[in-house]
Amino acid sequence: MSGGASLSVTGPGMAVEIAGIRMRNPVMTASGTFGYGPEYADLVDLNALGALVVKGIRMEPWEGNQPPRMVEVQGGLVNAIGLQGPGVDGFVRDYLPFLRQFSTPVIVNIWGRTLEEYGEVAAAFDGVDGIAGIELNISCPNVKEGGIAFGTDLQMASQVISRVRQSTRLPLITKLSPNVSSVGRFARTAQDAGSDAISLINTLPALVIDVETRRPVLSNVFGGLSGPGIHAFAVRQVWDAAQAVTIPIIGMGGVTDAQGAIELMLAGASAVAVGTASFTDPSTVISVIEGIQAYLVRHGMRDVRELTGAMVRK
Amino acid sequence: MKQEQAIIREHRAFGCGYRLLVFDCQPIAAAALPGQFVHLRVPGLDGSVLRRPFSIYRADGACLSILYKQVGKGTREMAALPVGQAVSLLGPLGNGFPMPTGQAVPVLVAGGYGVAPLCLLASRMATTGILFVGGRTAADILCIEDFERLGWDVCVATEDGSLGTKGRVTDALDPWLAERCRQAAPPPVFYCCGPDGLLRAIDVRAVKGGWLGWLSLDKHMGCGVGACLACVQRVRVKDGGSQWKRVCKEGPVFEAGEIFWDYGVKADNA
Ligand SMILES: Cc1cc2nc3c(=O)[nH]c(=O)nc-3n(C[C@H](O)[C@H](O)[C@H](O)COP(=O)(O)OP(=O)(O)OC[C@H]3O[C@@H](n4cnc5c(N)ncnc54)[C@H](O)[C@@H]3O)c2cc1C
Ligand SMILES: Cc1cc2nc3c(=O)[nH]c(=O)nc-3n(C[C@H](O)[C@H](O)[C@H](O)COP(=O)(O)O)c2cc1C
Ligand code: FES
Repeated sequence: MSGGASLSVTGPGMAVEIAGIRMRNPVMTASGTFGYGPEYADLVDLNALGALVVKGIRMEPWEGNQPPRMVEVQGGLVNAIGLQGPGVDGFVRDYLPFLRQFSTPVIVNIWGRTLEEYGEVAAAFDGVDGIAGIELNISCPNVKEGGIAFGTDLQMASQVISRVRQSTRLPLITKLSPNVSSVGRFARTAQDAGSDAISLINTLPALVIDVETRRPVLSNVFGGLSGPGIHAFAVRQVWDAAQAVTIPIIGMGGVTDAQGAIELMLAGASAVAVGTASFTDPSTVISVIEGIQAYLVRHGMRDVRELTGAMVRK
Repeated sequence: MKQEQAIIREHRAFGCGYRLLVFDCQPIAAAALPGQFVHLRVPGLDGSVLRRPFSIYRADGACLSILYKQVGKGTREMAALPVGQAVSLLGPLGNGFPMPTGQAVPVLVAGGYGVAPLCLLASRMATTGILFVGGRTAADILCIEDFERLGWDVCVATEDGSLGTKGRVTDALDPWLAERCRQAAPPPVFYCCGPDGLLRAIDVRAVKGGWLGWLSLDKHMGCGVGACLACVQRVRVKDGGSQWKRVCKEGPVFEAGEIFWDYGVKADNA
């Protein structure tokens, strides 16, 4: 089963291989917006997805932030869920058996509060049946280094990626923080430290204030902005990253339809993820897959991989 | 849980500032239980990414109804929706109210739109009971004819005294409860939907009296299906600890005594 193009008798090839993970199409779910799988299973055929990326997991269960945790803004939403999750054991016990029923690759999104914890989480998933790969969220504060996010310091980013690389044989996708001045340098660092792919963008730093009370709306005060409002920025970040690396890129940020997904691919992404749009319409991920297929037919393209980096410069 | 394109069959002012929206939506209507809700995508609401949750007010045959009040941009946009328009609904969502068992007398306590789910509940109960409903003024009191038609007793309280008892719902409820205790009448089982203040008041009474109570919570929601963890409420668990529960999934109905109302308040000040 290599390559989609040669197999396709009825339509253009949709299959892609990212970091050694074979996907039937390039459309995945974005971490934290699709739960752990069962939540949307009544509404979306999980076997139709390119890959399913679950909500961030650390070693131990984690309580996350106090509510309010989410607020809608023009063109998107701001969230400060605070990475609530069941921990490695909880996930393996409560969700993985369900996910194993499907043929879709499951990618676990992992995080930690220290370098050591990142390594532990990666090691804990190594060799676990039903896990196709790791997405490493480095946009988290390092509690041992005064809370500076791993993903905003080149040296810390390099260390954490190397540590995870040494701790697992699973395909490793590093999810970059958009909160940096040069995403290309971080992309390059991720590649050099052993990532098999990178994904971006994570949410943008945001603050929403209730002007009547003059208080922040979210109990955590700050949150992360996602949704259609960040899409053009995401396309630019994917472009910048694509100039810096040779490993595949998973693009995300404000995808609501096939057009947005195709834009990210033209800018250099080999696959895309749908996040906030699943809240608006759970079937978005399916309509994006169908829309990409229709686009390829309309443009006489034989394989979705032809889209990657195919922006035509003036 | 289903996602449906529901067609608006009827849409009109309902009184008291509320509007009635009736959809043709057999798949969700047929599965709906009292206390469950739908997550509605407001058509034409530009720049908005979140659906809006509404309790199911009626579910008869192919028809599903909600009652809503205009409070913000989504509900204002909804007011202009024409009959025949298709609207995307997710539902039915959450867990409904458990039905009363044994001798217990259902005591429904409503504030604001809270009468909507309680109306569906009353219509599905094998027994009748009593509704306590409160508002600021007579014009805030909704749906009481629905309950009277079903043979329920209705007890109204308004803060300005323009209808029923002058004061809050609890000012009408407490003497009634005291009287029943004196007569050693069968115990009440509470069903409450309304603002947090009302829910807490009923919670306290249920726990103190050793009675069963069911409280339907209102939290801001993202996905509505349990995926985003935006809607969490702290809840006590059996071993004495507490944990987050998703109002959209494990709720919106919780048992009296379960809610940890002030969780984290101290931590915030620390
Ligand atoms: C389980 C449940 C059942 C509900 N049932 C009803 C009902 O039957 N009738 C009715 O009139 N209202 C009901 N509500 C409240 C209703 O969801 C809000 O009034 C509505 O979302 C407001 O949207 P808006 O765009 O007009 O307000 P805006 O303030 O512009 O909304 C901004 C954001 O805040 C959210 N929001 C604002 N107020 C509330 C609220 N009180 N609860 C939850 N989210 C809110 C919106 O959904 C939106 O995401 C229910 C809420 C819940 C959680
Ligand atoms: C509610 C919510 C929770 C999220 N949780 C995570 C998470 O646990 N780990 C992570 O790497 N990204 C998380 N993200 C970021 C998304 O995966 C994605 O990068 C971002 O939302 C941009 O895509 P979008 O605009 O399509 O939503 C979360 C986003 C949202 C909205
Ligand atoms: S609204 Fe998303 S988990 Fe409840």
